[in-house]
Amino acid sequence: MHEMSLAESVLQLVEETAIREKAQRVKLVVLEIGRLSSVEPEAMRFCFEAVTRDSIAQGASLEIVVTPGLGWCMPCGAEVEMAESYGACPRCGSYQIQPTSGLEMRVREIEIE
Amino acid sequence: MCTVCGCGEGEVRLEGGVDGAANQAVHETHEHEHTHADGTVHRHAHGPAHALAYKPGAHTHSHRHADGSTHSHEHESAIGGDLDYGTGPAGAHAPGMSQSRMVQIEQDILSKNNGFALANRRCFDERGIFALNLVSSPGSGKTTLLVKTIERLKSKLTISVVEGDQQTSNDAERIRATGVAALQINTGKGCHLDGHMVGQAMERMNPAEESLFLIENVGNLVCPAAFDLGEHHKVAILSVTEGEDKPLKYPDMFRAADVMLLNKCDLLPYLEFDADLAEANALRVNPRLTIFRVSASSGEGLSAWLAWIEAGLAGQRGKRAETVEGLKRRVQELERRLAHQLDHQSENKPAGQ
Ligand SMILES: Nc1nc2c(ncn2[C@@H]2O[C@H](COP(=O)(O)OP(=O)(O)O)[C@@H](O)[C@H]2O)c(=O)[nH]1
Ligand SMILES: [Mg+2]
Ligand SMILES: [Zn+2]
Ligand SMILES: [Zn+2]
Ligand SMILES: [Zn+2]
Ligand SMILES: [Zn+2]
Ligand SMILES: [Zn+2]
Ligand SMILES: [Zn+2]
Repeated sequence: MHEMSLAESVLQLVEETAIREKAQRVKLVVLEIGRLSSVEPEAMRFCFEAVTRDSIAQGASLEIVVTPGLGWCMPCGAEVEMAESYGACPRCGSYQIQPTSGLEMRVREIEIE
Repeated sequence: MCTVCGCGEGEVRLEGGVDGAANQAVHETHEHEHTHADGTVHRHAHGPAHALAYKPGAHTHSHRHADGSTHSHEHESAIGGDLDYGTGPAGAHAPGMSQSRMVQIEQDILSKNNGFALANRRCFDERGIFALNLVSSPGSGKTTLLVKTIERLKSKLTISVVEGDQQTSNDAERIRATGVAALQINTGKGCHLDGHMVGQAMERMNPAEESLFLIENVGNLVCPAAFDLGEHHKVAILSVTEGEDKPLKYPDMFRAADVMLLNKCDLLPYLEFDADLAEANALRVNPRLTIFRVSASSGEGLSAWLAWIEAGLAGQRGKRAETVEGLKRRVQELERRLAHQLDHQSENKPAGQ
């Protein structure tokens, strides 16, 4: 995934909310990133710092809540934990898994003052 | 930086503008609405200078209205509906000390782009247009394929093309040489097209009803997977001079696509490329993928791809005809009811008098 364009999209949402709330500054941004979303949290941190420079969110802390990956395995007929997006089923080794959770990329909330 | 599309100043350019006007075109749609003291509401747009000066907090700016009057106002965001909760540390706060609080946003990171894409898709559907977004690594043959596709279809269909590249309008010129309309978007440092840019291009090109709208994305298998442009299908192109494992290395792209064209098949006899393995890898990440083996150079295998396009466009036309028919039926029904009511009114009149 391209974290730079995602970080820019995060900043848009943050700025929009901060302006509406007449904030002076953004202290914290909380993201929810699914385990299967192929967003690299470290890369996201780096890009977030770069794009927020000279914005209302300059210097804001970034909290990334990583949500677990789950998928429905056809052969097992069960929901299993998935460590990576296109990985095999940890039980039976099959690739016939549909991710059911862990693809999310959301801005949850911000702390402003 | 542009706060709507994230582009830097003057980086995104739509072809055909005069000097700076081309830059401005992309930014002009950053509209917002505001209410004057007398209660009138109006919308207006901001140019790139505003996007640059856009410093949240200290945010008052001035506008010139159509009647020549100038006024200034505070900038307000158009999107509402967020929930506030928490009132910062301890209810009472010392005077002059700012209070910090949490504000819930709960929005998908790509929600802005998805909004633009949705609007584009609606516009395509209303007009019965079939829209495709071609994605691949640089050099896989997107432009060559487009040229060949256009040459074989242009006598039957109306076609418009949007070309995305970081620099140059070479590809748009290659398309225009076939005689169809093409618009180049230069993304500068941006490595993908987004919904906002394609919406602008659509407005500029005004594609015909029931036509084919082809978008060549910037050569990149990474972020174009995440940025919906409003197309009906993404078409991924993999050429046989690349690795068979590309679908495994860039699974998001091959999963986002509905069609894969395995291009440059004319070169297969000279390479050690295992086409079956490449297809198996692609199907492993996306079992629903429709695959065509083609050679843009020789034209081999293109008929199946062209038939697929024609079927897609026919589907869009059919859907539109249904909507139009549906609307006609509703209008007829309303007219019938109205006529019925009028009848009753005229029947009742004498009785009431
Ligand atoms: N042999 C062969 N070369 C091709 C084919 N399609 C495209 N090419 C060549 O591949 C190069 C890149 O093609 P282009 O269409 O510009 O790729 P794009 O960057 O994806 O738009 C050009 O030199 C084309 O002539 C094909 O089917 N066979
Ligand atoms: Mg090209
Ligand atoms: Zn299993
Ligand atoms: Zn913009
Ligand atoms: Zn005004
Ligand atoms: Zn403003
Ligand atoms: Zn304004
Ligand atoms: Zn990109």
